[in-house]
Parts: sequence; structure tokens; C-alpha cells
Amino acid sequence: MNWFGILTIYRFEMARTWRTIWQSIVSPVISTSLYFVVFGTAIGGRITEVESVSYGAFIVPGLIMLSATMQSVSNASLAIYLPKFIGTIYELLSAPLSYVEIVIGYVGAAATKSLIIGLIILATAFLFVPLQILHPFWMLAFLLLTCLSFSLFGFIIGIWAKDFEELQLIPLLVITPLVFLGGAFFSVSMLPPAWQTVALFNPMIYLVSGFRWAFFGLADVSPGISLTAILGFTGLCMGVVWWIFRTGWRLKT
Amino acid sequence: MPPMLDLRDVRKTYPNGTDALKGVSLRIEQGEILALLGPNGAGKTTLISIICGISTMTAGSVEVGGHDVATDFRAARQLIGIVPQELSLDPFARVGNCLRLSRGLFGLPRGDSTIEGILKKLSLWDKRDNRVHELSGGMKRRVLIGKALAHEPKVLFLDEPTAGVDVELRKDMWRTVRDLKEQGTTIILTTHYIDEAEAIADRVGVISNGEILLVEETEALMHRMGRKEMIIELQEPVDEIPESLSAYGLRRGRNNRSLVYSYVSMAGKRPGITSLLTDISAAGFVLRDVQTRQSSLEDIFVDLLRDAA
Repeated sequence: MNWFGILTIYRFEMARTWRTIWQSIVSPVISTSLYFVVFGTAIGGRITEVESVSYGAFIVPGLIMLSATMQSVSNASLAIYLPKFIGTIYELLSAPLSYVEIVIGYVGAAATKSLIIGLIILATAFLFVPLQILHPFWMLAFLLLTCLSFSLFGFIIGIWAKDFEELQLIPLLVITPLVFLGGAFFSVSMLPPAWQTVALFNPMIYLVSGFRWAFFGLADVSPGISLTAILGFTGLCMGVVWWIFRTGWRLKT
Repeated sequence: MPPMLDLRDVRKTYPNGTDALKGVSLRIEQGEILALLGPNGAGKTTLISIICGISTMTAGSVEVGGHDVATDFRAARQLIGIVPQELSLDPFARVGNCLRLSRGLFGLPRGDSTIEGILKKLSLWDKRDNRVHELSGGMKRRVLIGKALAHEPKVLFLDEPTAGVDVELRKDMWRTVRDLKEQGTTIILTTHYIDEAEAIADRVGVISNGEILLVEETEALMHRMGRKEMIIELQEPVDEIPESLSAYGLRRGRNNRSLVYSYVSMAGKRPGITSLLTDISAAGFVLRDVQTRQSSLEDIFVDLLRDAA
């Protein structure tokens, strides 16, 4: 293993985070605080409790998931798209690095960054609402797995994207709607029965549900299914990344 | 000792059916400077990209220092440094960090003194904390060279190193290349500038249309294919070349004010310049000036490509 190589990618990617700290860390915190203020006050005024949890607290796991998934995808996709765009990818491809090492470096850095953002949002949430975390270990595990799998997913998008528009397309058109409709701000049980069935086709439901279970012990689907779903998604992304590097798709001519 | 670079029947066919390389075989010994000459689209960059792992080959094999680039890619790539044609650099990175990144990717520890040495040699030491976008094009080119040297490669690929570079920097670059050769580095450069190949290369390879037309020592090539011309400028225009000079095969030059005498240089044939000049003055011509001109690698190159076409 080229450990120094992995560490170098990781370090330089993290350095980019600190270099763009406003964009990287401060802005997600601000936008999340806005969600709290707007949703917490506007909707929380009408729905005081969801299954015995105050509405303000109820939306916290969903908000963290929203940021963690969005940030993971945008960090990882940009991290690998930029070298392609400015041409510095030649160096990565000509270095004695295996694709596993390249992925560990980039995805590791993107996941670290979104994990940090997720934890900062969690800390911010404590300022707004009283929170309990029933299963801290599973909370962290779900968060970490989400950051990892969505960073992998973002890495794939970054390789797939041919221009900046394509880079933004999936996060904006697919992920945001799925998270919003995936029970970030409501419980599936609040939906009419027909829509409850439709909601179960949204993969985000499993993510948000498992993560919320780690906080409050209540879930739309069982935490075991949530865990299986996210592990399955991670495995799928790994498979695609493996195929990309094996064939050199959109990386090597 | 195996050759530093051993290419065997390397082929590259793009998905659209274009044959970029049609079976290139090439051996390059350690410490050699080889210049790859060829028109745009000849396959020079494709060939380099395949050796360095940036492109995949359709068939054939490449060994670097005895290591196969496909099966033993780590050992092979460790030996290679590449300076790409485009100025591909992170515009916001600082110069020193650019080199550190390159070194790190090749799995080497920091090595501040090595990087300092490289930066100083490339006259970049004062710019080490500057961001790349603050540098001129020539300076960026140096940063790329610095990055390629940061892991102390044994083989250096320079893809059009002096494209769009001013004269002074070109001379600088040539000096750097010669220094590296003295340290035992093998250098392969592609170029459009034939005088560049003539000035620094030990051997010249001519590539066209995905095929290597020839690989020959620069001097031997010049010797074999070089021509010399003597241009004799006259005071008065000449209407017709007199009978007494017919044996020399002269032709009239510009405005009929000169006579041009072509002869093969250095080929052991007597050019007979003395008798030519005697005969010219005997024919009553008054000389204004005499110049000789040796055909450059450029002329040879053009001839070769014309023959190949």
C-alpha cells in the first residue's frame, strides 16, 4: 500500500476545506439554523409533538442527514471533478497509486468533512432544542456510514460529470427531493396509507428512520432494515467505483 | 541491464476506430535523450500517456526499467516523471505545495531539502509561497517540471516542453535537461521545434500517423541526410548559366542575382568549391557575397514525411 500517497491526497483535500472554510463549514451551519428557525417555528407552532417527541427535536436527525448527504455528494464529486476539469488528473493517474488508494484518499477526506459538518449541526441543534440520544454508538455509526456511502456516490458523480451542470444535477434534482420527501420533516405514519407505501420506495426513508431511531428510539421501519439498506447502498457504490477504475471509464482515454 | 524503456508493438485504437498507434516498438537506454518529432496528431502524446498510465493500450507491452507498466505498475511508475503539454496546475495551490503534493503521491516522505534544491535549480525558490495563478506561463511550465522531478524520477517525459516559451527560458530548459542527463536521468521529449532536437537530443525518433518512421542518432541522421548549399551572390543579374559551369549543376537564385550550388556535406565527396569559384570568376562574374547553408533537421524531417506520404 502507498500509505504516504493516501495520506497526501487526504491532507491536501482537507487543506482545501480549511482554505474554503466559509463555504465548507460555516454555510451549512447557517442554512441548517435557518431550517430550525423557519420549520421549527412555523410548523412546530402547529404540530407540537410527533410521537411524544417535540417537533423541533424530531426534525434534527433529518436535518443532519440532509446536510450530511448533500455535503458528502458535493464534496466528493467536486474533489474528483476539479482535477479532471483543470487537467491535474494526469498526476493522479501516473502516480504509483492503486484505485483503492485513490478512493480511500478522496472519499475519506470528503466523508471526514461531512462528518464534521454533521456533528457541528448536531451541536448547533442543542442550542435550539432539548435533545436526547438513546443510542449514541448507532447514531455515530449511521452518520459515518451515510457520509461514507454518499461520498462514494459523489465520487462516482464527479467522474461521470462532463461539466459543472451535470455535477449539480444529481444533488439538486435527486438527492434534495428524496431527503425532503424521505421523512426529514415528518413521520411516515403522518401520511395517508397510500402515500405510506409510496414513501417506502424512497431510499432516504430508511436512512432518516434509522438515524432517528438512534436518537429517540422511534422508527418508520426497523433499524435492522435501515442498516441493511445503507450497507447495500455502500456496496453498490463500491461496485460501481471498482468498475470505473477497472475500465478507466471517463478517466482514461 | 535492461533498457530503461522497452516498448514492444504498442497499439492504440480508439473506440471510434481511429488507429492512434500502429505497433510502435522502441528501446531507450539509460541516460539517453531521445527527441520524438512528429506533426500534430502523430501519436506522440498518446504514446507518452500510455507509458505513464494515463491512457490504456489496445495491445503490446511497455517495460520501464524492466518493470511492466501493467502488471508491475507501482515499480514502473515510481521511475517516471511526466511534464504534460498543457499547463495543468491547481491555480490556487502554492508553488512549494505543488511539489510536495507530487512527492507525496509517489509515496515519499516530505523531503524538504530535495524540494528546495529543485525549486532553486528551476529559479522558483523566490516564488515558493506564491499561488500558481500569480505566475507567468513560463513560470508555470517550470512548476510542472518541478512537480515531475519532485520524486526524483529515473525517466523524464517532456511533452512539448518549450511550446510557447520565450528564448531565454528555452535555453534554461535545455540546460536543465543536460544537467539531468549528467545525473543519469533518461529523457524523452516531444517537440515541434527541430532545432531543439538538434541541440539536445542524442537520438531522434520520427513519428507520423501512429508509426515510427525512424530512430537514429542525431548526428548520424544529419550526416546521412544532411545537404549543404552554397549561395554565391553576384553584382549583376545572370540571364543564363554559362556552358563552362554546367558540370556543377548550379541553379539561379532569387532575382537571378545569385547562383546556388548544392552538395552533400560530410559525405566524403569533394565539393570542389575552389574550382567552382575559380570557374565562376573565369566566366566573368563579379561576386558580392558567398554564404553556405546546412540543411537542418527540419529539412530532413520534411523530406522524411514527404517520402512516407
